[in-house]
Amino acid sequence: MFWSSVLLALRAIRRNLLRSFLTILGIVIGVGAVITMVTLGNGATQAVSEQIASLGSNLVIIRPGKRLGPGRDEAGSPNFKAADADAIVAQISALNAVAPVASKSVTVVYTAKNWSTTITGSTDAYFTTGNWRLAAGRLFTDAEQRAGKAVCVIGATVRKELFGEQMPVGDQLRIKNFACEVIGLLQSKGQSTMGMDQDDTIVMPLRTLQRRLTGTQDVNTLMVSVQDGANTDRIMADLRLLMRERRKIAANEDDNFSILDTRQIADAMTGTTKVLTMLLGAVAAVSLLVGGIGIMNIMLVSVTERTREIGIRLAIGALEREVLLQFLIEAVALAALGGIVGITLATLASVGLAALMQVPYVFDPSINLLSFLFSAAIGVIFGYFPARRAAQLDPIEALRHE
Amino acid sequence: MNTVTADPVADDVPLIEFCDVTKTYGQGEAAFQALRGVDLRIDVGDFVAVMGPSGSGKSTAMNILGCLDSPSSGAYRFRGVHVERLSRNQRALLRRHYLGFVFQGFNLLARTSALENVELPLLYRGEARAVRHAKAREALAAVGLDRWEKHTPAELSGGQQQRVAIARAIVTHPTLLLADEPTGNLDSQRSHEIMELLVDLNRKRGITVLMVTHEPDMAQYAQRVVHFVDGRVATDRRNEERH
Ligand SMILES: Nc1ncnc2c1ncn2[C@@H]1O[C@H](COP(=O)(O)OP(=O)(O)OP(=O)(O)O)[C@@H](O)[C@H]1O
Ligand SMILES: [Mg+2]
Repeated sequence: MFWSSVLLALRAIRRNLLRSFLTILGIVIGVGAVITMVTLGNGATQAVSEQIASLGSNLVIIRPGKRLGPGRDEAGSPNFKAADADAIVAQISALNAVAPVASKSVTVVYTAKNWSTTITGSTDAYFTTGNWRLAAGRLFTDAEQRAGKAVCVIGATVRKELFGEQMPVGDQLRIKNFACEVIGLLQSKGQSTMGMDQDDTIVMPLRTLQRRLTGTQDVNTLMVSVQDGANTDRIMADLRLLMRERRKIAANEDDNFSILDTRQIADAMTGTTKVLTMLLGAVAAVSLLVGGIGIMNIMLVSVTERTREIGIRLAIGALEREVLLQFLIEAVALAALGGIVGITLATLASVGLAALMQVPYVFDPSINLLSFLFSAAIGVIFGYFPARRAAQLDPIEALRHE
Repeated sequence: MNTVTADPVADDVPLIEFCDVTKTYGQGEAAFQALRGVDLRIDVGDFVAVMGPSGSGKSTAMNILGCLDSPSSGAYRFRGVHVERLSRNQRALLRRHYLGFVFQGFNLLARTSALENVELPLLYRGEARAVRHAKAREALAAVGLDRWEKHTPAELSGGQQQRVAIARAIVTHPTLLLADEPTGNLDSQRSHEIMELLVDLNRKRGITVLMVTHEPDMAQYAQRVVHFVDGRVATDRRNEERH
């Protein structure tokens, strides 16, 4: 009975090719859209996490103002000084490095080429806190840092834009009104997803930046690298106490700075991409729904013809359950075929688009399963239940169905 | 089902017994009584022609006989079994194993070849593929359609569709063949050929035939002619001589 039902189901699919094709198409579009969108969203989230990981695993960042990000309250929260970094090094243990960071956007010139980039002023510690490796050349010497010499280490993007394939170490860049010697080239960290290119950077001694570019003693950020295995929460608490003390904040006043570790930053940033993924998923879910409604339409339109077909089958001796089994197999076969084609196309599209968008391809079994089950359910519900209603009629009523 | 398949049936039990069968369509004001108390008894091996004016209830009676519809009142016994006491499944099995039905409106599966239409009852009987094909081809040849087995109903004339419907009804060699105007769309040459076929099946295979027709010529082939008028059996006589 099962095999004859399979045979009948396949025959029914074959003789209603257009209807079968449209049903499959509805499922393919729905499944394909959802899987592609969610997979790309997951890839973006992972790219952001990876980028944050490249910041350094145990990084604590101290910034002026109560909050990080837009709407930061800068009023009444002075910048730090280089001495703050020294105080942290002196008073808090279990740290790898502490880097005071100030930055400025400038246009740099080399021969006939110029390039707008951000210059970071800091100490050697910056390369530790930021997980930077040298590709060529050397870092700053103590003398250079103390004297505020015009030397710099450049990122891969700056090198590519100004020097091309040429070795930059030993050459001179023109930054505003002074010449600056390139002493080192950083290893590439790769493009980031947020449109932020980490390799588009120039690092020079903090004192050089302060004297020649910003003209102040201000430091915008303190980057603290914590040793592996150290208690980050306790260190953050210590840092907070130290900074309150140094900034002379009374016991009843709020902090005028914020301390974040990379985990919190990661949470904040991946939180954003997760919301984006959900949004994309929601948009795609609509297409799944539209595909579902398409299937519904096709199935309902064909109910009249199929009711007569069921009447004929019952009249020549088919049992109700045989008719139902045939329709169930038919619906499952179409839904499964649509699901498989949809998943295949979605995988191809995701891999291709992920490469195009420079995000990793992350296979998500649950969304594959979920969208497949959803479309299968639609196919089965709208293929099976009208058939069930028809199969419960008296044969003569099914035959008379107009 | 056991009650239906129980073989053999005692010789004196008629194949079909209608006792005061009525059928009312609709309700209240719109109610219409298509059958007003039909008594009918048909023995195994009989060949009966049913005649009567249009709207006299012939198709209604055939549908009830074919277990496609149920009577509003009265009793229908098939081989002594009360059909109205059977479950849906039992009635389906009764149709599958004992009945062949030629519908007035053919009722072939659309976009399905003649061969597949004809082999369908065999499929539900669980016959093997080779057997199905052989029997279906044989039935199609019997109605003169051996060259049309690949054609779908839309590619066949009305008369050809009717012959496919006949082939589908006889392919299982049913105990009872119910044919509602089986020659309604055929020229007289074809009609006579089909009648010869039915007579042959009736004589050689002992298939009981019940056939609705408007043509006295065709009724001549039957052993017995039942006349319906206004939902009742008006006359019921045996043909003296048969072709
Ligand atoms: N489903 C139905 N609903 C309401 N009335 C019906 C229905 N089927 C048949 N009738 C009525 O019952 C009566 C008998 O119909 P039936 O089809 O049995 O006639 P018939 O003898 O087969 O006629 P014909 O020779 O034209 O085929 C007709 O008056 C018809 O209008
Ligand atoms: Mg009729």
